[in-house]
Amino acid sequence: MIKKIQRSTWIYLAVAFLLVLLPFFKDERWFLFLMIQVFTFGIFAMSYDLLLGYTGIISFGHAMFFGIGAYSVGIILDRMEASYTSLLIGILVAALLGGLVSFIAGILTLKLKNHFYAMLTLALASMFLFIAEKWRSVTHGSDGFTFRLPELPGPLEDHRNITIYMFCLVMMVLIFFGLRRLTESPLGKILVAIRENEGRVESLGFRIMPYKVIISVISGVVASFAGVLYAISIRFVGTNVFAIDVTLDALLMTIIGGVGTLVGPIIGAGIIEFAHHYLSSLADVHWIFERWIILFGIVYILAVIFFPAGIVGTIKAKLHKRKHRKIEAKQQNADKMAS
Amino acid sequence: MENTLLKLEQINTHIEQFHILHNIDFEVQPGEVTVLLGRNGAGKTTTLRTIMGLNSATNGTVQFKGEDITKLPPYHIAKRGIGYVPEDQGIFYDLSVGENMRVGMRQEDDATKERMDWVLDLFPDLKKFWKKPGGQLSGGQKQMLSIARSYVNDNDLLLIDEPSKGLAPVVVEKVIESIEKMKEKTTVVLVEQNFYMASRLGDRFYILDDGITVHHGDMEQLREDEELKRKYLGIA
Repeated sequence: MIKKIQRSTWIYLAVAFLLVLLPFFKDERWFLFLMIQVFTFGIFAMSYDLLLGYTGIISFGHAMFFGIGAYSVGIILDRMEASYTSLLIGILVAALLGGLVSFIAGILTLKLKNHFYAMLTLALASMFLFIAEKWRSVTHGSDGFTFRLPELPGPLEDHRNITIYMFCLVMMVLIFFGLRRLTESPLGKILVAIRENEGRVESLGFRIMPYKVIISVISGVVASFAGVLYAISIRFVGTNVFAIDVTLDALLMTIIGGVGTLVGPIIGAGIIEFAHHYLSSLADVHWIFERWIILFGIVYILAVIFFPAGIVGTIKAKLHKRKHRKIEAKQQNADKMAS
Repeated sequence: MENTLLKLEQINTHIEQFHILHNIDFEVQPGEVTVLLGRNGAGKTTTLRTIMGLNSATNGTVQFKGEDITKLPPYHIAKRGIGYVPEDQGIFYDLSVGENMRVGMRQEDDATKERMDWVLDLFPDLKKFWKKPGGQLSGGQKQMLSIARSYVNDNDLLLIDEPSKGLAPVVVEKVIESIEKMKEKTTVVLVEQNFYMASRLGDRFYILDDGITVHHGDMEQLREDEELKRKYLGIA
């Protein structure tokens, strides 16, 4: 097990290293921006995977946390001077608000069936969208607003896009390893057990509710942070961050990449962001591609048919089967020799 | 009796609009195996679930070690020392055998480790497949894992629901042997349709029919009462 963890960790670190090198070979603005989107939505999708994949909680309004993060940092940098202190305050406020809202949603609904959480988050997301549209004096309504970021020190300012790319990449890697540690801890195992059979976990002596609330809060904070990175990367906040499309994107990224795998949602984010970019650009070739979402729907159906557990989930299941077949064959040989 | 471990008095349980248990009275003495017998739908599983708090009793009381646990939630009941092995075994399919065992542990003290070692000696297959996902185990291995998991905690009482269900005779024999060994260390309430298993393990029996206790007594008495076996258990 230890050997396996070390090997996979090395693989992830090697991929991260390649991603660090990538902008030195391809530094076009559109490409860096696309990769930053992959990183931020990768973090957002991982936060969704914590709920859906590890605990079996469905959220229809996960965009709310993303929006809270984006608006918190945007409003603070818009209202205060563009300094690192303001940025830090924005991040802290985002984490605090994201955590608080997810705590309240969790406390109110997670004692009940999971679909109550789904419905409440949907309602709260709609409420936040309404507030963002109507509270124009602060949010600038549906026009949204741009804000300034603090000056980067020295030569980094000349390579602002690469710096933001690196920052988002480092954050994604750190959050990935942190969440992986969490899901492999005893707490993570209890979460999986809750997803599989709540009644059984209760009759083993565990109160379910605190575990669900804890994971809801962690997921909310991580999703808010993804919103912060998104806002920083485009230096603009609009009401679209609260849209249901954002939640659906996270759901698709998680399902296509592999539910309950953490790395799967990152891969899913990559596939969706690149598909979004390339399929929409095909509109110049033929008008049908203007409706790229139809093509994407087909890709999604095919992915679900051929990779029912998502890309990473299917690969993992195959590797597991192969490994256990080998172990069993070894065991049978040993038994034969012994007899 | 004064030292009764578990006592159900006039228990009534409804599941939605259906009245399943009707004034059930039931006692378990420490160190014994008490078997609940009866046809399908007699209310045996509901009785165990009511004790465990998974179905709530509409009236009546469940007392464990003299304490009224009727209205407690399942996690409090489990913490008071009742282990439950459900009919569907309740294995977590995505967790390995080792993780299934660890999730079941409420403490990690020396006594728990001792019980873990003892139970792994009892079921060596579990040690062999320690890293295998629970979902990939055979029916017998899942049953053993479920029983072993309920034993690792310091439980005074184990509720085991139909451990022989769907298992090959040779595996049933293994399960009987293991429960016989556990019987020396803890008290067991066993729900069982397999009369061979019930009569080998049981000290006392209760027969349920349509949610009513129709007979109870020493297992010895049931073994010899052909009429009772034919009437309520369908054994010719």
